[in-house]
Amino acid sequence: MTVEWFRDPVNFITNWLNQFLLGWGLPAGVVAFLMNLIGAGLVATGAMLFCILLIWYERKLYGRIQDRLGPNRVGPWGIFQPFADMLKIFAKEYITPRGADVIPYNLAPILAVAAVLLIWAVIPFYNGAAGANLNTGALYIIAVGGLGELAIILAGIASNNKYALLGGFRAIALLLSYEVPMVLALLVPVLLARSMGMNDIVQAQGDVWYIVMAPIAAFIFFLTSVAEVGRAPFDIIEAESEIVAGFNIEYSGLKFGMFYVGEFLHAFTVSVLFAILFLGGWRGPFVDQVPVLGAVWLLVKTGVTYFLIILLRGSMPRYRTDQTMSLAWKILTPLALAVLVLTAILDKALVGSSDLVRGLALVGMNLVVWFIASRLSQASYRRSHPVEPPIGHAPVINPLVDEIGGVLE
Amino acid sequence: MLNEWLYIGLFILVAAALPGVAIFLAGILAPKKPNLLKDETYECGIETVGESWIQFRAQYYIYALVFLIFDVEAVFLYPWAVAFNALTLYAVLEGVLFILILVGGLIYAWRKGALEWI
Repeated sequence: MTVEWFRDPVNFITNWLNQFLLGWGLPAGVVAFLMNLIGAGLVATGAMLFCILLIWYERKLYGRIQDRLGPNRVGPWGIFQPFADMLKIFAKEYITPRGADVIPYNLAPILAVAAVLLIWAVIPFYNGAAGANLNTGALYIIAVGGLGELAIILAGIASNNKYALLGGFRAIALLLSYEVPMVLALLVPVLLARSMGMNDIVQAQGDVWYIVMAPIAAFIFFLTSVAEVGRAPFDIIEAESEIVAGFNIEYSGLKFGMFYVGEFLHAFTVSVLFAILFLGGWRGPFVDQVPVLGAVWLLVKTGVTYFLIILLRGSMPRYRTDQTMSLAWKILTPLALAVLVLTAILDKALVGSSDLVRGLALVGMNLVVWFIASRLSQASYRRSHPVEPPIGHAPVINPLVDEIGGVLE
Repeated sequence: MLNEWLYIGLFILVAAALPGVAIFLAGILAPKKPNLLKDETYECGIETVGESWIQFRAQYYIYALVFLIFDVEAVFLYPWAVAFNALTLYAVLEGVLFILILVGGLIYAWRKGALEWI
């Protein structure tokens, strides 16, 4: 009994609670309803509370990157700083601008958080412990991700503010552009695993993680998910110097706080997705004996990805709007399409061969595509940025060459 | 399967209720002292001129249209990827052809300058 409890606590508690409620004489339908409600409540509240810890982690790390200490006053290592901030923001006044469209204005911050929380419904924490093991998990994630964009456009239009409107349109243009390569990159693990279910994709990465077999898709997915979160280097959607704060300029108090929480939670959620899709999710040593260990491996992999996102934010300057747009449409989308087509053809052509041959072929194809793509982008950069001789330097004429008629610069 | 969609349905309610309840509670706790100046539209201290719902560039529409084409394409490709084992080489090449037609569309939009941010 104790061993069982230690190995798979979620299913153990679920079974126990199920028996307990049935023992009360409740109908099976009501019990199922209650169990699902409790599960949904626990996962959603857990994610929200975990987000508070993440804010501390990110601020601490961001401080270190900028050679500061970060929060260090409230509690040990300043760990209670976000709790203090949360209590403070609860007591702040809402200012609703005159002429704002009240219903969408109030709906937007709720949607911004809900859209991110909904992704957590299909996350497999370890083998056998997922909220809902949907067989359309990947499609569900894309569908729910669209709700976040709806929140932004609602906030932009309902605020009755020119800056908010412009910021909203700018954000939507960027998010829509980056959703195209993201969806195409997400197709590659689905194609390799032959399934859209999140747990199935993790199961399929038994021998080798997909970051090895599909590195370009992983790279595209990572970049585009950073852009979807709106983090630097893609934080042009809330450029302070041009559109003040973008779509959320007219929000104050906890309504602004919800956008803030949504962004932090989204950054962590895309890290979890990256860990599941490309880093093998809950896979690691000893997961077959002790399934709950998978949750630890997932957390470690997510932590590494999240660290990379923070590092990127702390060290990269901001891209201009036209640069972000051309990166999405002219580089990432064609690259994702090329990788998708070649993966499909290669996978079908090598259908009878061993896994080793298949893996090596995919890695080789990725390397070749990467080489060609980098050559093409370098060539196009050189075409659009011709090297001009520095001003004030006349071409140096070599007397030896000049006699033959040549000029050396 | 139905049980899992019940979970999703309840999750939607919970996910909307969590921020909703938090905002509601904060609305009770927070002071409410609106005045004319405070409720002005914020434009860095300058009074707003004219309507706030202004005209915006058509470029945003063009991006949205190109996005729409590609996203619908991707939705068609997901079942193709899931059923990959059952597909013959011919069906795979059909899918590739479908992608290539859309690549043609991307090249057309590119050449026409629809992807330039002006």
